Amino acid sequence: MSETTSTAPRTAASGASRAWQSWQGALVPVGAVLLALVIGAVVLVILGADPVRAYTAMAEGAFGSVSGFTQTLVVATPLLLVGLGVTIAFRGGVINIGGEGQLIVGALAATAAALYLPLPGVLLLLAALIAGTLAGALWGAVPGALKAQLGVNEILSTIMMNQIALQLANFLLRGPMIDPKEIEAGTRIAQSALLPAESYLVRLVPRTLLHAGSILAVIAAIGVFFLLWRTTIGYRIRAVGLNPDAARYAGIPVKRYQMLALILGGAFAGLAGAVEVLGVQHRMVEGLSGGYGFSGIVAALFGKLHPLGAIPASVLFGGLLVGGDKMQRTVQVPDALIVALLGLVVLFVVGSDYIMRKRAARAQTHE
Amino acid sequence: MSELFTLPVLLGILYSGIRLATPYLYAAIGEALSQRAGVLNLGVEGIMLMGAYAAFFVAWRTENLWLGLGAAALVGAAMGLMMAYISVTLRAVQGISGIGLHLFGLGLSTLLFKTTMGGVQSISGFKPIRIPILADIPLIGEQMFNHSILVYLAFLLVPVAHWVLNGTTLGLKIRAVGQNPAAADSLGVSVMKIRYLMVSVGGMFAGIAGASLSIALINLFQENMTNGQGFIAVALVYFGGWKPWGVLGGALLFSFVQALQLWIQVKDINIPSDIAVMMPYLLTILALTFAVRRSDQPAALTKPFERGEA
Repeated sequence: MSETTSTAPRTAASGASRAWQSWQGALVPVGAVLLALVIGAVVLVILGADPVRAYTAMAEGAFGSVSGFTQTLVVATPLLLVGLGVTIAFRGGVINIGGEGQLIVGALAATAAALYLPLPGVLLLLAALIAGTLAGALWGAVPGALKAQLGVNEILSTIMMNQIALQLANFLLRGPMIDPKEIEAGTRIAQSALLPAESYLVRLVPRTLLHAGSILAVIAAIGVFFLLWRTTIGYRIRAVGLNPDAARYAGIPVKRYQMLALILGGAFAGLAGAVEVLGVQHRMVEGLSGGYGFSGIVAALFGKLHPLGAIPASVLFGGLLVGGDKMQRTVQVPDALIVALLGLVVLFVVGSDYIMRKRAARAQTHE
Repeated sequence: MSELFTLPVLLGILYSGIRLATPYLYAAIGEALSQRAGVLNLGVEGIMLMGAYAAFFVAWRTENLWLGLGAAALVGAAMGLMMAYISVTLRAVQGISGIGLHLFGLGLSTLLFKTTMGGVQSISGFKPIRIPILADIPLIGEQMFNHSILVYLAFLLVPVAHWVLNGTTLGLKIRAVGQNPAAADSLGVSVMKIRYLMVSVGGMFAGIAGASLSIALINLFQENMTNGQGFIAVALVYFGGWKPWGVLGGALLFSFVQALQLWIQVKDINIPSDIAVMMPYLLTILALTFAVRRSDQPAALTKPFERGEA
């Protein structure tokens, strides 16, 4: 089953109309967020809360203070990395829903590397980052290989891999990897031991959680941009995504590149898990992913499946998630509202794609 | 290990396995109907959560379980309609729009739960109905024929769905629309109408699946209480080769492994239950790999229909 992704930009249209279109295209996600916020305001009114106060609190919480804004960037970091993974897969014409699982195994592998490898100083950090990336890549490689070799639907296999990763983490954190102190104390909280300090990503602002992983994520985004638009491999991945039949005709091994897109997608989600462990938690904890695997999809879509677009997108959604907490405390509306709004953003973005395409087609015939 | 294979435990597993198949059956049969018409609805999990919430809240407030069930069916159908509009009319990428619907349902059900219920409440759900004569069958009768009405209806749904798909004109239209929408369209079958109908019906059953958890099996509502079952239901459709009887097989496999795991915990047997929980997912991947004949897949699945396109 090879569905071409209709969200990927069409190669039609010429010159001026194309510029107009891409300008209009950038407005779609913004409009989607605004519309979602309007619906959110209606919900707030129904719940008896003042939407202006709620959204003001949200904006303040996310961007209004050093501690708030740094926290926004902390949350944006895994969103960006997962979003990059989703973007690469999508550009290659495959749908990667497995960010959640890839992030979890990445975090597990990074934890194991930092705890058990006898490496000095910064080498330990590097090894942990690489271990997380590789584990994520492996988690993406399984659905990739199954799709390439046997035609197994990647949407389903990535979902199954999510559940397997979750159970694997439950098992490891309650058994082999549990913090020995938890056993001694008899509390048995499902978490690993604290990692050695050499493996931590350096903190950028004192007394905040902002860490070097955020810089790493931005570098990764630029790297993905170069990979996709400046290398042969990237060109082929995009060619396969745009039109697998044409790509095949041009002699590109379509299946191999779809598999590669899933592997790379997994690698970035795995890195996200490693960064979360090494930069924020400093140990593997239960529920570490916090839904980043799914929110990362939202960030990727909002960024128009462009690696550089994913940067502001992840900051925005990181801000929504962080600001939701402040909103909850100010107007006593549960921050679950934010998750519902994220869902609406996805629906609006993918829904409006067809309308935009139709409009573009009409504009073209009028020329 | 040997403690597991005593008669009372095995009978207990039989009883739990049948019970636990219920949500999978509603959700997966509904999803199968939608997929046979060519639409992949990946938002089942979110619909189940909203169904579970609606059923519980209405039943809790009105003390009428049937009203609760109706509310869940209605909410489910409405969300199915939403999905149909986005994936049929607006022709959105189905894998992604389903994730949007899931997040929407997850967020909204949690929000409503926290604002309208204040905390976990419980009710007494649908009572078991003992079917005379059948329940008197020695040994297994009591385990198989002493369940709530929602359990029986779930199993009844399998032959009904099979009959609708294979024995009625509507079924012929559904299959035509999922297999070759252009041909169906040229014969005067409204591809739109059939797809809208089936995605909404699928949504309705997903809502009922959620209700079966909150007012028949567990009898409470909790945030994210479906815990991935909606996603499994989607996989079960592939697992079952898009056929209701196949879906039944898959649902029983999952529910029995779940029941087994439950008893492993109850009996405190030294098998890490997390590993046991992993088994069905691994099995599903294996089944997707080796057992599913891809020729069984509706040819137009996930492909939006545009008149005038091949």
